[in-house]
Amino acid sequence: MAVRKKIDKIEFRLFSSKMIQKLSAAKIYTPNTYDEDGYPIEGGLMDPRLGVIDPGIKCKTCGGRLGECQGHFGHVELTRPVIHVGYAREVYLLLKMTCRVCGRILIQKEELDSYKLENITPTESNAIWENAQKVSESEGKCPHCGEKQVKIKFVRPYSYYEGENNLLVTDIRERFEKINDEDLRYLGLKVRPDWLILSSIPVLPITTRPSITLESSDRSEDDLTHKLVDILRINQRLEENINSGAPQLIIEDLWDLLQYHVATYFDNGITGIPPARHRSGRPLKTIAQRLKSKEGRFRKNLSGKRVNFSARTVISPDPNLSINEVAVPEIIAMELTVPEEVNDRNIEELRLYVLNGPHVHPGAHNVITPIGRKRIMEENKEEIAKTVTEGDIVERHLKDGDVVIFNRQPSLHRISMMCHRVRVLPEKTLRLNTAVCAPYNADFDGDEMNLHVPQSEEAIAEADILMKVQECIISPRYGKPIIGGRQDHVTGMTLLTRDEVELSRAEALDITRNTVELPKGKKRFTGKEIFSLMLPKDFSLEYKGKQSRVKIDKGKLVSGVIDKEGLGGILLEKLFTRYGSDVSREFIDKSTLLSIRAIMKYGFSVGIDDSDLSEEALKKIRDITKKAKAKVDELVQSYHKGELRIIPGKSMEETLEDMVMAELSHVRNAAGEIAEEYSRHTSSLIMSRSGARGSLLNLTQMAGIVGQQAVRGKRIKRGYNARTLPHFKKGDVSSEANGFVASSFKMGLTPTEYFFHSMGGRESLVDTAIRTARSGYMQRRLINALQDLVVYPDGTVRGDTGVIVQFNYGEDGIDPTNECYIEGF
Amino acid sequence: MGSKLKNALVPKHEILDEKKSEKILKFYNITPNELPRMLKSDPAIRELNPKVGDIVGITRISPTAGNAFYYRLVIEG
Ligand SMILES: [Mg+2]
Ligand SMILES: [Zn+2]
Ligand SMILES: [Zn+2]
Repeated sequence: MAVRKKIDKIEFRLFSSKMIQKLSAAKIYTPNTYDEDGYPIEGGLMDPRLGVIDPGIKCKTCGGRLGECQGHFGHVELTRPVIHVGYAREVYLLLKMTCRVCGRILIQKEELDSYKLENITPTESNAIWENAQKVSESEGKCPHCGEKQVKIKFVRPYSYYEGENNLLVTDIRERFEKINDEDLRYLGLKVRPDWLILSSIPVLPITTRPSITLESSDRSEDDLTHKLVDILRINQRLEENINSGAPQLIIEDLWDLLQYHVATYFDNGITGIPPARHRSGRPLKTIAQRLKSKEGRFRKNLSGKRVNFSARTVISPDPNLSINEVAVPEIIAMELTVPEEVNDRNIEELRLYVLNGPHVHPGAHNVITPIGRKRIMEENKEEIAKTVTEGDIVERHLKDGDVVIFNRQPSLHRISMMCHRVRVLPEKTLRLNTAVCAPYNADFDGDEMNLHVPQSEEAIAEADILMKVQECIISPRYGKPIIGGRQDHVTGMTLLTRDEVELSRAEALDITRNTVELPKGKKRFTGKEIFSLMLPKDFSLEYKGKQSRVKIDKGKLVSGVIDKEGLGGILLEKLFTRYGSDVSREFIDKSTLLSIRAIMKYGFSVGIDDSDLSEEALKKIRDITKKAKAKVDELVQSYHKGELRIIPGKSMEETLEDMVMAELSHVRNAAGEIAEEYSRHTSSLIMSRSGARGSLLNLTQMAGIVGQQAVRGKRIKRGYNARTLPHFKKGDVSSEANGFVASSFKMGLTPTEYFFHSMGGRESLVDTAIRTARSGYMQRRLINALQDLVVYPDGTVRGDTGVIVQFNYGEDGIDPTNECYIEGF
Repeated sequence: MGSKLKNALVPKHEILDEKKSEKILKFYNITPNELPRMLKSDPAIRELNPKVGDIVGITRISPTAGNAFYYRLVIEG
């Protein structure tokens, strides 16, 4: 463990004006920055005593050059004092708590004496803060000198009134100066309250606000410099006006302007005052804006940083890749490099890469020798190739088989970053096998993903062993496969493994080319036999699939159809636990390829007639709907008569609502059953039954009835006065006036139905938007809290100082990706 | 009010003797400073009259682990 020094305490305090001046390397007094020759003016904001930002110049204060000198603070002496906006509220409270004449805390002497001044607790001083405010609020008398107090009003962000009178900052400072040190200790304050009033402000070192020289050789100053210029300009004008004896009104106006500039120098996002703007109209980024929020120093530059050896582009699918692979465009592969040490086995190969140079694919960018780093260029590549010796490091292009980390944001779980093997291919997208979409939550409607190239042997080994895609097949969240065939893979495999499928040898060869070897001599194959070729010879399993019981005996699929449960569920899970990741990866690679070929062999398409129902079925659904509507009317009637039997714990209205909801949701279930019973063997049905895509509810809504729409879990009730839409009579309680959609998507919705459906749809959109925002924030907090915790080899979870947090990871030491404990929870 | 230690929701707390404490520290290869802490005045152990520096063993009933063990160092407060 590292040597640790214990920090006893950290105390945050304020600078007094004196301290600000003591800290300062230069007094800044003029708003002009450069003279005619372009040299910085002494006493201006670019004063050379404040540090160096130009190479070759020595700092006037410390003698350091650029990079050595960190810069030095200066200060501005304000002609008139101003409030520190960050403490405007504290100023208000202190004004309220102290006497306007004698400056004592407005609390009885006896009460103050009841506290021990030597060790006053935070709770006690909080009580004093509370109580001391009461006297001036009720305009009572000072318990020390008897002066009648006047109520103090605070107008954000920095104005104070005593009764009707505006309190000048100088008056406030005078009052604060009267407060004695003993009273401050009662209040738990370690700073003088007059330090909350600024009569000098620090000027940030120029290293923190460097000016940039544009191509047109114009200088462009930092926002903070602009802001300080404003302060200095007003400060100067205020002084001139005071000296020339200008009317009080003008002086107060300028004074207020000075207050505004100093306030916005600290924070340009104060509510109640307009933000200070650049000449172009853009609000200035002052001190608070540099630090705050997502774009601020903390979240942009400290919690997250830009990295080298990474790439980002649009992704697209490639079923011919293994799940472990990622296709990298050649132009990206020629940009990213891997450092490889030259040894007797790879010297010829690496020499060839050097010879290829940086612009031909398996090439190289740099050679690092003990002397230094040499950049390979067209002119010197031959020469460098000759000198390459063992022990040198060649930074070569990314090539096939290299280890990279692939990532898609938002990186919500660890499988958002997995290790892939590179395949350098033409074209310009990063490509991945569609079976790996699930952990990344990726699709191909324009998604982009990132690629990172580990740069050391350790990093490569670590990524390869711990993060390889095939090691991530089982989700750590629920212990079941997350990677596996989906959608068309499932449909294809379902089609292939039906009982009636029989293929000639030629057909079977077509489907299995390049994946599995067909047994010699056999002329005809069933689909199940072809599937069985992918299973280990001693693999037996029985499980309940989505549409049938599946029996696998000694590597042979005996009965049942392979569906979602087989390609991505229990079958894959058992393969993984019994045979490991290599076998599982092979199974996924082969089964997805095979199923895609199968689906292409049979053809698979969805048409509008998939949602056709026979006249008979439609009539049945209409009857059910009609009956339910009648039932609802009946319920409403008995509600009006007061005959409804109330559900315990609910009101009459709630009871009616519940019963109506139950009745109407029953309609949709019944319609679903009819739709399933009467629908022909369509593609839609195959997909929903095999778990490839879509649910029975989707089918019901297309063919039968869309059903009750809900907002906030209730039927739609609000809108106009006593009705949901102007199309209905006031007080209409019928189901169709309250969001029941009796049409199907196929038939089309009536205008009112369409509107209700949109209401429900809008709610779910809003919900997802809110949910992502909220869970994102929660995730950030969790990450910040947990980032330093490490699971040690002995199973304990410890913090960064070695402090134990858990004695056994997760209380039970279970790694859900390796155990089957999850069953039954 | 009865003893809080008897409530079913309060896991079993016991003050470990010196031998057992030693064993725990040795097993995890730690000093008492690396242990999680608990106040001497914690309601769960107040009735046991703990001393500062004692190690309290906590046995929790866990649905996955049966009994899960946890240890805390008693501190002033
Ligand atoms: Mg997308
Ligand atoms: Zn310096
Ligand atoms: Zn007084």
